[in-house]
Amino acid sequence: MTDSVHSGTSGADDEVTTSDGRFGGYGGQYVPEALVPALSELADAYQRYVIDNEDGFRDELREHLRTFAGRPTPLQRADRLSERYNREIYLKREDLVHGGAHKLNNALGQVLLAKYMGKERVIAETGAGQHGTATAMAAAHLDVPCEIYMGRTDVNRQRPNVYRMRMSGAEVTPVDAGSATLKEAINETMRDWAGSVETTHYAVGSVVGPHPFPAMVRDFQAVIGEELRAQIRDEIGRLPDSVVACAGGGSNTMGTFDAFVDLAERRAADDSRGRSPQEGTEGVALHAVEAGGSRLGVDEETGVAPNSASLSTGTDGVLHGALTKLLQTANGQVVESHSVSAGLDYAGVGPELANLVERGRVTPATVDDRAALEAFHRLSRLEGIIPALESSHALGYIEECLGANSGTSSAGADDDLGEVIIVTVSGRGDKDLETVLEETERRDLEAAPDVEVFDG
Amino acid sequence: MTTTDGSSTDDSATGGSGDDEPSDSRIETAIRDNHPALITYLTAGDPGLDETRRYVEALDRGGADVIELGLPFSEPVAEGPTIQAAITRALEAGTTPEGFFDLVDALDTEAPLVCMTYTNLLMQYGPADSGTDVEPFVERAAEAGLDGLIVPDLPAAEARPLREACDSVGLDLISIVAPTTADERLETLMSTTSGFAYVQARLGTTGARTNVSGATHESLARLDGYDVPTAVGFGVSEPEHAAEIVAGGADGVIVGSALVDLAATSDDPERDLEAKARELKRGAADGLADRELPASPEPERS
Ligand SMILES: Cc1ncc(COP(=O)(O)O)c(C=O)c1O
Repeated sequence: MTDSVHSGTSGADDEVTTSDGRFGGYGGQYVPEALVPALSELADAYQRYVIDNEDGFRDELREHLRTFAGRPTPLQRADRLSERYNREIYLKREDLVHGGAHKLNNALGQVLLAKYMGKERVIAETGAGQHGTATAMAAAHLDVPCEIYMGRTDVNRQRPNVYRMRMSGAEVTPVDAGSATLKEAINETMRDWAGSVETTHYAVGSVVGPHPFPAMVRDFQAVIGEELRAQIRDEIGRLPDSVVACAGGGSNTMGTFDAFVDLAERRAADDSRGRSPQEGTEGVALHAVEAGGSRLGVDEETGVAPNSASLSTGTDGVLHGALTKLLQTANGQVVESHSVSAGLDYAGVGPELANLVERGRVTPATVDDRAALEAFHRLSRLEGIIPALESSHALGYIEECLGANSGTSSAGADDDLGEVIIVTVSGRGDKDLETVLEETERRDLEAAPDVEVFDG
Repeated sequence: MTTTDGSSTDDSATGGSGDDEPSDSRIETAIRDNHPALITYLTAGDPGLDETRRYVEALDRGGADVIELGLPFSEPVAEGPTIQAAITRALEAGTTPEGFFDLVDALDTEAPLVCMTYTNLLMQYGPADSGTDVEPFVERAAEAGLDGLIVPDLPAAEARPLREACDSVGLDLISIVAPTTADERLETLMSTTSGFAYVQARLGTTGARTNVSGATHESLARLDGYDVPTAVGFGVSEPEHAAEIVAGGADGVIVGSALVDLAATSDDPERDLEAKARELKRGAADGLADRELPASPEPERS
């Protein structure tokens, strides 16, 4: 079968029996046999259209990103945060992408690819509803029928996105199994695909799943890092000292980091994508911030993790088609994860990110629910930007490292964030307002705004 | 994409189940000796391991020739609603890999036993420092008396370490052949599977259906001419299905969801499982009697 151009990333320092799509030992294609031919077909389409620009695929996608999605997004200096931390803080404004999150970069790419492949229907899972919304919008824009699977818990806590998907003409199918969140939604979408694979494309929403999804979704999201690398050079004439992004499955993380990942291992790939070699990127620290939830660890008895810190605390195993780091019991049952942010609430993480952490290129960190909520309010107040709860984790990390109380947190102790820091604001927080008000009240947070203005 | 290429491969051995070379696989032998074979599936631990032991013995009495036991995993992506629900019940009842192996230790059936489970459970079993190695699981499986493994989320390209581990202790690793499996992949799967080839009757997930799919007949036509016994599963629930499938050329039928459902709803599961196995076995035998004479004579043996 077609070799991914990125299979070159695998193996250099890791001896594992490799198949396609390995990042060191991570990745692979652990799926039912019925799906293997479809994944080969997809890997082939990825190579031809996405990498080789056959039939002008990339040109068409770029045009949709510009006119429909609103790219490029700005890189903005956050003046009051910069003042607060006495550093140069820049925000990559993915919250300004149409639909309200970076998710559309990938959704547009995959729905367009589905059309190039002649598929009649697109299906997708969604957690926070952002990928579902992005896919529904891309499908409406490109005129492809679309069905979204969403855990019942998420349906209930992300209502505005359910409405938006329905408005865009997508079918939304709630999933009741297990904790009824993202993990179960992915299972159910895979089951649909196992039955419909001949006519249907599964637009996976993050850098997770079997090969070629992790590489392909990263490539669709890589526009984030490409833009910000050029933008910061224009702005200050050099690269940043560090880049910070939140990680659920890891698509905004990989999209942000890709432009800073070791050139040597990617040379072939970069050449074929027509990108210029990235010099001096080794010096840029990369921080992936996960949801620390209410506390770290896995409760073996109940099979629950009160967090979704798979990079920081997970162990190696197979989930949703890839070998990666995941939250599981000693027996290998995957546990329910928990986070105040639906989009980070996932027991696994992308295999390439797991490998970058293992190699020490990416530093994983966790920020708990409370600190994320505080960061949500802080950015809203100080900068007039209401961030997604997911993105609030990345912002909360900056506070933990550099804020007034940073001396007391472990993160602050060895801060390698440097002078110039870019944070990816992966999405906007409109969808989270209800959750934030509830959770804020429950916790008695100081920063809480007074919203008692309604009459009756 | 599925090809509906119905041609059989001429370069494979003598073909069909007529090959009487003795096999060192107990599973293959059980299928050939009891041809056409009935293969049954139950989820271990649903509703508890004690019940599973009694249900398995009932199926054994009823004439099941190979018995698959599902070791429950939290993310059963290949499973339809019936088996998903059984797995949830089994996990809620506290079923663990260790408890599963104890059950297998305690079972004394005529039919060889096969464990059906997912990759992650194979990788996690064993001492904490064994990482994702599958050897500890495979060794314990062999020691407990299992004869084979089926791992629905482990396609051929990822299966090498497991196949090597299975070979070294004499366990069969049974490959699933899907309706979308064609050409070279089909060759590879048929040449590497051991015990039998699990022919997935239709796309999608497990679950009882009311008819035999057209895809089943296409698959069986494609598999005609291979040396390995073939058994068809996914959707088989009634004796008439068994008959139709065997008449179509299969060496066995695999019944899962229908039995899981029966066990969960019957007021006397042991009696009903035994009776259902008997009916299914009879259905399969009827199918053999109905099997049309081959249009062309069997190739000469040299
Ligand atoms: C705004 C936002 N950020 C981040 C994420 C997490 O996903 P990923 O880690 O793939 O970027 C989500 C997921 O829904 C999201 O909506």
